Amino acid sequence: MAPATTRRIVRDGIAVGIATGTYGVSFGAVSVASGLDVWQTCALSLLAFTGASQFALAGVVSAGGTPLVAALTGLLLGTRNTLYGIRVAPLVGWRGWRRVAASHLVIDESAAMTVTRTSREHARAGFLATGLSVFVLWNLATLVGALAGAGLDPRTYGLDAAVGGAFLALLWPRLHSSRHRVVALLGAAVALTLVSFTPSGVPVLAAAVVALGMGYLTRGEDDA
Amino acid sequence: MIWLAVVGCGVGCYLLKLGGMSVPEKVLAHPVLRRTAELLPVVLLAALIAVQVLAASGPGGPRLVVDARLAGLLAAGVALLLRAPFIVVVCVAALTAALLRLL
Repeated sequence: MAPATTRRIVRDGIAVGIATGTYGVSFGAVSVASGLDVWQTCALSLLAFTGASQFALAGVVSAGGTPLVAALTGLLLGTRNTLYGIRVAPLVGWRGWRRVAASHLVIDESAAMTVTRTSREHARAGFLATGLSVFVLWNLATLVGALAGAGLDPRTYGLDAAVGGAFLALLWPRLHSSRHRVVALLGAAVALTLVSFTPSGVPVLAAAVVALGMGYLTRGEDDA
Repeated sequence: MIWLAVVGCGVGCYLLKLGGMSVPEKVLAHPVLRRTAELLPVVLLAALIAVQVLAASGPGGPRLVVDARLAGLLAAGVALLLRAPFIVVVCVAALTAALLRLL
């Protein structure tokens, strides 16, 4: 019984990896259209390995933001992986070098395929199968997308509009509660207000203050 | 210079993951911290969408412009309502903007 279940978890993890990996193609294409070269695009997928942060960095670079602001925006989006790590760590129970290595695989998908497991064996199977298959396919797909996108005029193929679509797709599943929808509108409004009189990238960072403010104001309330 | 952003963001993102795997679970008990961390991606993604779709660089610095990108975003929203997968949503946004520019 147990081996069959583990096999099913591994199979599900690989399926998630295939589905997620394919959108690495869009990251690769969008990234080179944003002004990163093929090497920088691939290095980012290897090192950061977290889609939203990578799209954010490319978006700020394409808007003319400084490297510091681009990196900061990516890092702020990467903080959610810290939360996933806190949830995942006790379930997989790795220590030492295993934990150091496994940390790189902590992303939306691997966390989602781990936190629902009831045994350590299943948690580890879900985490590794999902994390490793996403990692391999994400990086291969990034390379394919970057090579395909290099030399294209981004406006002709609508690649500049593709970035907005990618962000919306990443945001969509988080709009389940009315509080999240209000906070999203506030963040967008703050950013748009600042666009005309602050350097590129700053409006998005300034919007992060909304999260801090709302986090403080709504402390202790139940999830809506 | 872009390399600085790539390496800084890459190394930093890994450290954020390692940090989560290394701190005790009770850190999450702090309500302000937990709520802020939960809201941060929502706010940042919404702000990124707004700037990505409506801001354009002009002679006097960045300004707000309505163009084919907004149509691309709306088309992406329709695709999401129809439960299209990520790659389809992105392609719909790109194709919509590209086709509008051909007109």
